[in-house]
Amino acid sequence: MSAAPPATTVWNLRFRRLRADRAAMLGGIVLILLCLLAMGAGVYESLAHVSGVDTDLFNRFAPPSADHWLGTDDAGRDTLGRLLRASRVSLAVGLLGAVGASLVGTLIGATAGYVRGWVDVVLMSFTDFVNGLPWLPMLIILAALDLTKLGFSADFVRAGGVNFWRIVAIFTVLGWPGIARLARAGTLALAEREFVQAARAQGATPFRILRVHILPNAMSAVIVATTLAMGRIILAESGLSFLGVGIQPPQTSWGGMLNNALDLIGTAPMLAIYPGLMILITVVATNFLGDGLQAAFDPRRDRR
Amino acid sequence: MLRYLLARAGSALVVLLAKAFVIFALIGLMPGDPVDLLMTANPDARPEDVIRLRAIYGVDQPILQRFGDWLLAAAHGDFGYSRSLHRPVLEIVIPALGNTLLLTGTAFLISTLLAIALGTTAAVHRGSLLDRGINLFAYAGISIPSFWLGLVLIYIFAVRLGWLPASGMPGQGAAPGWAYLVMPLATLVIVEVGGLARYARSAILDVLEQDYVRTAHAKGLSGMRVVLRHVLRNGLVPIVTIVALGIGHLFSGALLVEVIFAWRGMGRLTLEAIMGNDYNLALVCLLFTTMMIILGSMLADVAYAWLDPRIAVGGRRDR
Repeated sequence: MSAAPPATTVWNLRFRRLRADRAAMLGGIVLILLCLLAMGAGVYESLAHVSGVDTDLFNRFAPPSADHWLGTDDAGRDTLGRLLRASRVSLAVGLLGAVGASLVGTLIGATAGYVRGWVDVVLMSFTDFVNGLPWLPMLIILAALDLTKLGFSADFVRAGGVNFWRIVAIFTVLGWPGIARLARAGTLALAEREFVQAARAQGATPFRILRVHILPNAMSAVIVATTLAMGRIILAESGLSFLGVGIQPPQTSWGGMLNNALDLIGTAPMLAIYPGLMILITVVATNFLGDGLQAAFDPRRDRR
Repeated sequence: MLRYLLARAGSALVVLLAKAFVIFALIGLMPGDPVDLLMTANPDARPEDVIRLRAIYGVDQPILQRFGDWLLAAAHGDFGYSRSLHRPVLEIVIPALGNTLLLTGTAFLISTLLAIALGTTAAVHRGSLLDRGINLFAYAGISIPSFWLGLVLIYIFAVRLGWLPASGMPGQGAAPGWAYLVMPLATLVIVEVGGLARYARSAILDVLEQDYVRTAHAKGLSGMRVVLRHVLRNGLVPIVTIVALGIGHLFSGALLVEVIFAWRGMGRLTLEAIMGNDYNLALVCLLFTTMMIILGSMLADVAYAWLDPRIAVGGRRDR
């Protein structure tokens, strides 16, 4: 490896800056560990011979032991197993919701910034419009909508995975405006640059210009915003599930576990502490990583 | 200035109308309509009755027609009856609005002042242990779920220590009125202050690097005087804008805190209305919340134009 001369592209510089940022690296490592742990939920359960789903009414509120590392809950389910299962759902909703929102946002923002004119006015008015809706009440309404009134069949609505994807879709629908603004600002600034004008003069199609020249360069701001959005979505999802309108049983998320723990706060406070700590750690990690990416991707530092 | 205000209010009204329509349409998509709900309560109803009832309630009309009818009635001050509470909607909403304004207004004042103090301290002592401590506190505030923080506070101060009532409204229990306000207020302030303090810090840092601050120091003014007279006055402009933009967020975000602490505010009422399929009530609750957001952004614009004389009044600025 040492023989290859390091190619100092902009991205090399940026990743070198990111590696030097201890908080951002810590955030990134914690997130990767959390994802690995979440994926290992099944492995843990089969190795430890416990279940985060099956109830055991003779073994309720068990204290932490060699069998149940974090004890059991009010239905005798293994708390750690349940926590890991919940991590899988919470992290997946955060990640997929953030990616969905940034795809929609990038598409709308880049189109508005590149086409301009009345298209820009219409798209950006729509962006401001969605952005100005009250987030939490809108999330609750969208989660409570009757999908059969939108033409979906009742069987489809009751199917297993639909609730999960519906929550992801809700965060996509409400989460894109911030990203669209960033993508538009990036596109507007880049469209005036010489290399884009050169490409246009050579007869490149608008689609090619967007795909090859503009989007890769506008992406750094979008990546930062997506990372920060993931933290916000995890927080909001926990709130929704806590209120009982988010992820529905038998699936659970950290917020769902907190919903269950609310009435038990006097008898089993730890059931409320663990999921809350998981949310806190995850969101701090995404914020550390997001802020680190923002500092590392700052184009004003690329020239040094 | 007056013309600017009027134009701004005019466009805000158009936006509010459009949002009202979207909310109206979404609420129509919630499970069950008023007639379905009547039918489930009355198993003897025949199909003809359903059709007649739909005509009486107007739910057989196209949505634009229904929205127009609702708007006309609302313009006359008639927002309909709450289905679950059997009272005119406004009679229920006004006290809840007062409760939420008491909670969020106080939280707003405290968190704004605290954020300016923390942000300025962190910026002036940039890089110090104090700066890092404040930054860590801000990160924790941004990242903590408000309802979980509320739960933890309830566990510590109500369940274990017994110092404060776990939840409820002033006048409901034996504790003095202010005691009910302490924990919801603390929760909202901790969650709000983090982002604002970080923003205030960077705004103050920008000003600290300006030439006139160096000049003030060179003139021999004490550090405290420079900060108070020169730095804060200019650094406050962007802070005021972001704070005003956050009003609507604070107002609607208080929902979770109100639920946790059984505070009889708008957020809790909104949730109950949506969950109980109380169409009229949910609609008015959401409209008030939307109005708070629009008011906040109007306030931000006006404050910006007023505080920064370089902004041409009436002109558009691009951010």
